[in-house]
Amino acid sequence: MTSAATTHDDHHDHGPETGWMRWVTTTNHKDIGTMYLVFALAMLFVGGCMILAVRAELFEPGLQFVDPGFFNSMTTMHALVMVFGAVMPAYAGLANWMIPMMIGAPDMALPRMNNMSFWVLVFAVLLLASTLFMEGGAPAAGWTLYPPLVLQSGDNLPFAVFSVHLLGISSILASINIIVTVLNMRAPGMTLMKMPLFCWTWLITAFLLIAVLPVFAAAVTMLLTDAHFGTSFFDAAGGGDPVLYQHLFWFFGHPEVYIIILPAFGVISTIVPTFSRKRLFGYSSMVYATGSIAFLSLIVWAHHQFTVGMPLAGELYFMYATMLIAVPTGVKVFNWTATMWRGSLSFETPMLFSVGFIILFTLGGFTGLMLATAPADFQYHDSYFVVAHFHYTLVVGGTFPVFAAVYYWLPKWTGHLYDEKLGQLHFWLTAIAFNITFMPQHFLGLAGMPRRIPDYAIQFADFNMISSIGAFILGFSQLIFAYVVYQAIKGGEKASAEVWENASKMGLEWTVPSPAPYHTFTRAPEIE
Amino acid sequence: MSDPRRTRNHGPIVAKLVLIAALMFGFGFALVPLYDVFCDITGLNGKLGNQAAPDLQFEIDAKREISLEFLTSVNGNAPIGFRAETAKMKIHPGQAYTVYFLAENLSDRKLVGQAIPSFAPGLAARYLKKTECFCFSSQTFEAHETKKMPVRFVMDPALPKGYRDVTLAYTFFNITDKKI
Repeated sequence: MTSAATTHDDHHDHGPETGWMRWVTTTNHKDIGTMYLVFALAMLFVGGCMILAVRAELFEPGLQFVDPGFFNSMTTMHALVMVFGAVMPAYAGLANWMIPMMIGAPDMALPRMNNMSFWVLVFAVLLLASTLFMEGGAPAAGWTLYPPLVLQSGDNLPFAVFSVHLLGISSILASINIIVTVLNMRAPGMTLMKMPLFCWTWLITAFLLIAVLPVFAAAVTMLLTDAHFGTSFFDAAGGGDPVLYQHLFWFFGHPEVYIIILPAFGVISTIVPTFSRKRLFGYSSMVYATGSIAFLSLIVWAHHQFTVGMPLAGELYFMYATMLIAVPTGVKVFNWTATMWRGSLSFETPMLFSVGFIILFTLGGFTGLMLATAPADFQYHDSYFVVAHFHYTLVVGGTFPVFAAVYYWLPKWTGHLYDEKLGQLHFWLTAIAFNITFMPQHFLGLAGMPRRIPDYAIQFADFNMISSIGAFILGFSQLIFAYVVYQAIKGGEKASAEVWENASKMGLEWTVPSPAPYHTFTRAPEIE
Repeated sequence: MSDPRRTRNHGPIVAKLVLIAALMFGFGFALVPLYDVFCDITGLNGKLGNQAAPDLQFEIDAKREISLEFLTSVNGNAPIGFRAETAKMKIHPGQAYTVYFLAENLSDRKLVGQAIPSFAPGLAARYLKKTECFCFSSQTFEAHETKKMPVRFVMDPALPKGYRDVTLAYTFFNITDKKI
C-alpha cells in the first residue's frame, strides 16, 4: 500500500477535475486509458452494425437490402473502423491504464502528448465517418485501398487519406509515449527482464508502429497525388506500377496484424499465470519470441501477393519466411500450455477468454499456414477462406484478449466486482456465435466463394445463412458486455486490492487499492 | 520529490523516435525508385523498356520455334478500339519480324493514347529486343482516326531453353487529360 500511505503528504496531489472539461484537458493516464477504451467499445458497435448490414445482405442469394456500392462501402468501413477505431485504441487504452501501474510509474512519460494522441484519433475517425454522408458514399475499394480501383473513388478519397494520416500521427505519438515510459519511468530495480510481459509486447509493438505506419502514410499520400496532382506513382500509363502500391501497403499491412496481436499475447501471458496460480512458463523465451515475431513480420509482406506474378524464387522465399513465424508463435502457445500444466486452474471469465483465445487463435494460425503455402494460395486467394482465417486471428486474436483484459482489470479500475454469471454467459455466447459465423466461411472459401461480393451462387446459400445467423448472435451478445461494464462502473460488490487469489504476486497493479487511486506510485515502489 | 524519474529529460529519446518515424516516411518514397531499380536488375515484373533497342544482328536459330501471342486491352472505359493484326505467330530466335497493331479513336474529339507493354513470362522480357514500337511515345488520334502501328522486334537467341510460349500484351491508356 505504498502509494495510499504517501498520497496525503503530496501537496501536488489532487483528484480529477469536475465537469466535462476533465475529459478534454486531462493528462492523467487513467482518464486517457478510460477514454480510449470507451471509444473502442463505441467503435466496436459502429463497426459491428456495418458488418451486420453486410451479413443481412448475404443471408440469402440475390440483392435484398442494400445496393452493391453501399455493400462495398460497408465491408471497407467495417475493416477500417474495427482495425483503427476499435482494436488498436482498445490496446492503447490498456497500455495507458496498465503500463504505468505495472512498472510502478506515476503516469506516462509525456502526459500532454498522451492527451493529444487520443483526441487526434477521435477527429481522424470522425473524418473517416463523415464520408458516409457524402455524395458517392464512403470508401468502397476495400480497406487495402488498392489502386487503380481506389482512384475511382469520388470525394471520399482525400478524406480517407487524411484520416489515415491522422490515425498514423495518433498511433505514432502513443507509441513514442509508451517507449519513453517503458524505458525511462520504470521503478528503480525493475530491470527490463523483470518487466511484466504486457509491457514488453507493447514496447516491441510501439517500435513496429513507428517503423511501418509512416510507410503507409507515404503510400496513401502517393494515392492522393496520383488522384489529384497528376503524378503516376501507381499509374502504368505514366510509367508507374499498381503492384508497387501493394508492396508498400503490405510492408505496413502485415506488421499491422502483429501490432494487434503482440499486445494480445502480452495480455494472455498476464492472465493465464494468475488463474493457473503459477509463474509464467519460459518468461525469457516469451520475450525473445515476441522480438522474433516482430522482426519476421517486417520481411514477409509479399505472401499477400502470391498471385500478382512473382517469380518462383520470390514465392519460395516469402512462403518459407512466413512459415518460419509459426516457430516463435508456437513457442508462445506451448509456453501458455505449459503454464497451465498442473496448475491450480480456475475458469473465471478472463481465463475463459484466454483459453478460448489460445485454442481458436491456434486454429487461425493453422489456416495461416495453409495460406502461406504458395501453390495452394492460388485457390484460397481472395476467397472466403481468407476472410475466415483473418477473423480467427483478428477477432479472436484482437478482441478476445481485450475482453479478457477488461474483465481481469475491471475490479481494479472500478472498485467493483463484475457480474461473473453474465461475464461467463458473454464468453460462451461470443465463442459459440463466433464459430457459427466463421467456421462455415472456411468451407465457403474452399468451395470457391469470392470475398467482397453482395450476391453469390445458389450453392453457397446454406452456409451463408448459418454464418449470418451466427453474426447476429455474435453482435447482440456484445450488448451483454456493455451492460456488465456499465453495471460494474455503477456499483456492485466491493473488490479487494488483490481481487484475484494471490494476484498481488502477479503484478504491481494489485498492490494498490481498488479502485486504483487517481494518482498511483507517486513514490516508486520497492522491487525485490 | 526525490524520485529521479520525475526530473529525467525525455527529450533526446523522443527526438530519436520522431526522427525514425520521419525517416520511415521518407523510406516509403525511397521505395519507389528502389522498386524500379530492383525490377530493372532482376527483370522481375515483365516490364519492357520504353526505349528502342540498338539494331542488333543475331544468328538466326531456324531449328527453334517459339510461339508468340499478342494481347491487346484498353484501360478503363477509354474510347479506343485496339487489336493486333496477327493474334499469334511462330518465330525463330534471331530473326527480325514486323507486326502491326490497329487502334481507332472511337470518340468525336482528339485523343492522346499511350500503350504500355508487358511481357509474360516476366523473366523472358529482357530477351525481346524491340527496335521500333508505337509504345515508345504517345499517340495522337484525331476524332475517329484509325492508325496502323508497327512493332519491329527480334528475340535474342540467348533466350533460355524451356520458354516455348510467350505473350506480349499491350494496354492502351487514354492520357488526353494528363499533363506529362
